[in-house]
Amino acid sequence: MNQFKRMAYPYVAWIAVMVLAPMLMIVVYAFIEASNDVTTFRFTLSNFTRFFSDQVYIDVLFRSLYVAIITTVICLLLGYPAAYIISLAKPKHKGLLVLLITFPTWINMLVRTYAWLGILQDNGIINNLLAKIGIGPITMLYTNFAVILGMVYNFIPFMILQIYSSLDKMDKSYLEAASDLGANKVQCFLKITLPMSLPGVISGITLVFLPAVSSFFIPKLLGGGQFVLIGNVIETQFLTAGDWSFGSAISLIMTVIIMISLYITRKVDTDPEAKGGRL
Amino acid sequence: MKDKKRIGSKIFMALLLIFFYAPIVYIIVFSFNGSRSLTQLNGFSLQWYEKMFNDRTMMESVVYTIVIAVLATAISTVVGTITAIGLSKSRPILKKTVEQINNFPIMNPDIVTAIGLLMFFSALGVKKGFMTLLLAHVMFCIPYVMLSVTPKLRSLDPNLADAAMDLGATPWQALIKVIVPQIMPGIISGALIAFTMSFDDFVISYFVTGNGVSNISILVYTMSKRVNPSINALSTLVIVIITIGLIIANIIPILKEKKERKTV
Repeated sequence: MNQFKRMAYPYVAWIAVMVLAPMLMIVVYAFIEASNDVTTFRFTLSNFTRFFSDQVYIDVLFRSLYVAIITTVICLLLGYPAAYIISLAKPKHKGLLVLLITFPTWINMLVRTYAWLGILQDNGIINNLLAKIGIGPITMLYTNFAVILGMVYNFIPFMILQIYSSLDKMDKSYLEAASDLGANKVQCFLKITLPMSLPGVISGITLVFLPAVSSFFIPKLLGGGQFVLIGNVIETQFLTAGDWSFGSAISLIMTVIIMISLYITRKVDTDPEAKGGRL
Repeated sequence: MKDKKRIGSKIFMALLLIFFYAPIVYIIVFSFNGSRSLTQLNGFSLQWYEKMFNDRTMMESVVYTIVIAVLATAISTVVGTITAIGLSKSRPILKKTVEQINNFPIMNPDIVTAIGLLMFFSALGVKKGFMTLLLAHVMFCIPYVMLSVTPKLRSLDPNLADAAMDLGATPWQALIKVIVPQIMPGIISGALIAFTMSFDDFVISYFVTGNGVSNISILVYTMSKRVNPSINALSTLVIVIITIGLIIANIIPILKEKKERKTV
């Protein structure tokens, strides 16, 4: 068996170099003074104080959280019913519907986001249709609406697929048992279906919130140059301003915020109150 | 009442699918547009395809995307499978540690992985370009391969390899003839995931590449700042490639099954 054990060793060395070392560099850079000379380490918290003492960055942070939360809520409100409908569909339709939901995610996000540029323009398809019924034109491109639409469009399949897979795994005999015991449709849903699909909801929220809060090309393409989210600030620090230390500090702040958000989401899931409905 | 509900859910799903596919159809239709406009259709033409095929940077980006995706898939599938097999025989502590570290590139936002790699490559003095792009893609593909191979190994009889070796097989033969065929479905789905992850990647590629090496995503990002209908043609090309790939990936198992049924 020892011959096989050894097969894992090269990869252990690989992740130490390719995964851990870069992560470590972010942490180190976040706490040293900005300079191109890595050999002179000087510990500092100034990168963090610079972020939290500047109203511009605070605004960016809150805008990012706002956009990500709205996106997640919309994905949940549209995604849950969609997943629910698919889980109730006939077996031969189920596979097709899942394929139809999955297919767009296989095409480049950039390509699909770019398409909305033309659709949302002031003289684009939507406004042309609105003009026919005498409305508009409504400016949609380069607004909050366009950015959130782009994010919902890109990330909602993850929500639907996660919720669907937990609904599909559910043992339907629980529902029969409940209705035999006198529960009505609404009670069945609230007491059985919803609690049992919660794990899917939680991982769906994770898969939408995480890319939404850190996204930088959707705000750039659909929000225009002025629409700055935290991902755009990080991009600027690394690719234009060249301030790696400040950029690293911002991405650490973002990572911590994501971890806290996900922790809260999980906490809600394991709430004893919510558990009461579980079987 | 029940019928009404059913119609309601049908309309809801139809609207959702229109929302999903409208942009894709839009891109394909406008790639054949006769004018530069992204909003008005002016007759049919193939000029954007002609422009695309004559545009060297566009064609290069297509080639880079495919070459990187194929290489990254091949390397990460082989390494990921070998590592997963090795780990299945290793001590639990090593297994747990590697799984935890593998979670970093999966759970971290892409941009965090990207800046880490950017600083790492710069610190090493590696010239940004094809090699850094390939290394980065291999790095984020391997965890996905392992995620899809490991469960298959777990359901495998742990004595299988021993049995083969007791019967005279060398460890290599036991591996290739006994273990690998058993976990093949996991390897194939891992390879498919790796391929799409690499083919679609934008954020990490955007940060670690340089010297004029760009993939399709980077090209679309940099070109989309100005109206350029060739992007529609390029996007249509991507959609066609992905569709063909998906059809092949879905048809091969069906054909295989048919063949097996015939031989039985």
